[in-house]
Amino acid sequence: MADEKPLDKPVEKTGVPAGLWTRCDRCEHMVYEKEVAEALYVCPECGHHRRVDARIRIQQLVDPDTFEEFAQDLRSTDPLDFKDRIPYKERLALEQEKTGETDAVVVGKAFIRGRAVILGVMNPSFIMASMGAVVGEKVTRAIERAIEDNLPLVMVTASGGARMQEGMISLVQMAKTAAALGRLDDVKGLYIVVATDPTTAGVAASFAGLGDVILAEPKAMIGFAGPRVIANTINAELPEGFQTAEFMLQHGFVDRIVARADLRREIARIIDYCGK
Amino acid sequence: MSDVLTNEPAVSSAGSGAPSIGGFLEFEKPLLRIQQDVEAMEREQRDTGRDLTADIKQQRVRFKTTLKRLYSNLTPWETVQVARHAKRPLSTDYIQTVFRDFCELHGDRDFGDDRAILTGFGRIGGHRVMFVGHDKGKDIKQRMACNFGCAHPEGYRKALRKMRLAEKYGLPVVCLIDTQGAYPGIGAEERGIAFAIATNLMEMSRLRTPIVSVVIGEGGSGGALGIGVADRVAMFQHAFYSVISPEGCAAILWKTAERRKHAAEALKLTSRELLKLDLIDHVIPEPVGGAHRDPEAAASSLEKYLIGTLAELKRLGLDSLVAKRQERIRHLGSFFESPSEIRPELETRSPRRSTHRVTRLGARFTHPEIVPA
Repeated sequence: MADEKPLDKPVEKTGVPAGLWTRCDRCEHMVYEKEVAEALYVCPECGHHRRVDARIRIQQLVDPDTFEEFAQDLRSTDPLDFKDRIPYKERLALEQEKTGETDAVVVGKAFIRGRAVILGVMNPSFIMASMGAVVGEKVTRAIERAIEDNLPLVMVTASGGARMQEGMISLVQMAKTAAALGRLDDVKGLYIVVATDPTTAGVAASFAGLGDVILAEPKAMIGFAGPRVIANTINAELPEGFQTAEFMLQHGFVDRIVARADLRREIARIIDYCGK
Repeated sequence: MSDVLTNEPAVSSAGSGAPSIGGFLEFEKPLLRIQQDVEAMEREQRDTGRDLTADIKQQRVRFKTTLKRLYSNLTPWETVQVARHAKRPLSTDYIQTVFRDFCELHGDRDFGDDRAILTGFGRIGGHRVMFVGHDKGKDIKQRMACNFGCAHPEGYRKALRKMRLAEKYGLPVVCLIDTQGAYPGIGAEERGIAFAIATNLMEMSRLRTPIVSVVIGEGGSGGALGIGVADRVAMFQHAFYSVISPEGCAAILWKTAERRKHAAEALKLTSRELLKLDLIDHVIPEPVGGAHRDPEAAASSLEKYLIGTLAELKRLGLDSLVAKRQERIRHLGSFFESPSEIRPELETRSPRRSTHRVTRLGARFTHPEIVPA
């Protein structure tokens, strides 16, 4: 990229073509976008792990050209015929156009450092990777595929929770995924969760909370209730670092915090320990 | 921060129950007027000695017909208000009216005894069961003690612990759901509320004893589902069950809690809608005017349903019971399987228990007991 901009000139984050300078959301340093991409979208200045889309995540995580997607054609039926300020059907179409994905999770078979796995990756830019019937079904199929092929299951989670626009159908996906994980557990299948920012609400309280091993990216938000709701309920400020990966590790709910660059190695290591 | 994160409703500091005037809900104003008329006539009769018996009787009949009319077609928002009614019977009432010889068992053997979920042995008809139910509390002191029915992780862990005890001795589990949601607080997060609920969902899906769950009032999100995975899920007629409170949904999607009526409508949270969506198995009828107007009638409806359902579930072998439960849960939700399916003529709902459009389930399904639909 020839047209690099000098550091002292502020650059709007949005609308800047790839390869230019951007400002880190956390430390506010200007960083060279290409360098950030090479660092797996981790800020070279402060180590902030940016949210990444499913396709980029898969590229970062799996051995080149080994990802075989399945269940890619599943789409929402808009079961409630839901309409808020805009109809849900329209919202879905907009999100599909924006992301190029049909819904908020991508599932498939892949290799990580030569080990075959079933992999699911959530897409935080698709309606906050909220879980409706399609996410629930795809995650369930990934679990069932792991059982069938006797392979470890790796889920990279990120979600705002259940998808309101599918109402109770979203809520029961929590039960559906959890029940499938019970069947995986029955056959001693290995399930590794990689909790990324943000893993919350209905997803935290279902398949993201049920890993045999739960890894988390540094500073990822992990929790159940929204921080604003909690602050309003208790009528007080929340403590520093509340609901972060580090907070969850300290309270005993996360096994290891792993930097993005180390994920491949760590996942492979756990698979080897579990003899899968 | 995404606003989808506000998935749990805030606990109302005003206590449970919908706002009411003289014991009447907003939509019951016509009833209030009739009652005031009756009272006025009674006063007049007393003071003047005029005989108004016939008029009073007529007004009483009018009261009944108006009540029947109002309750025969409640809007979703009105349903929410009835479900939250301050006088609506609670778990503690049903413990007295439906169950006999209740033997409470406290605590999760780990952290404490969450009063928001009550557990213990009880008898119903000829069945010995494990009772698990949210308690919202009757008065302000009780409500504070049980956090208005909003459970902490220890509540869900206590519930699971007692369910395991039930499993060990072959007792069916009866869960009564009545909560705004799990408690949104610092302690709840520190003690892993998400993980506690997730564990319950998984363990209840494979618990080797019958489970019946009934939403008796409010079915609030994950906090309700945390004791809601079951062989049979029923709702009282005027209960509601929702992924998020109408207020929370309105605040997020419409950017103002004022649109709660619209949200209640859109969320399809009534027993009738959820039965249609195939998410629950049965609607338990309520007396005219709601459970709070005739708690005994409500109790007897519940008792009848539980006794019949428990008998039916106990007839199944444990393997087949659990397999059927798994199958039931597996088929929750509908979706299109391929892009070509997204055509309007295909958007008609298929009948009960097969709302999904999957035809290839058989190959995916590995549980030996389960025959794919």
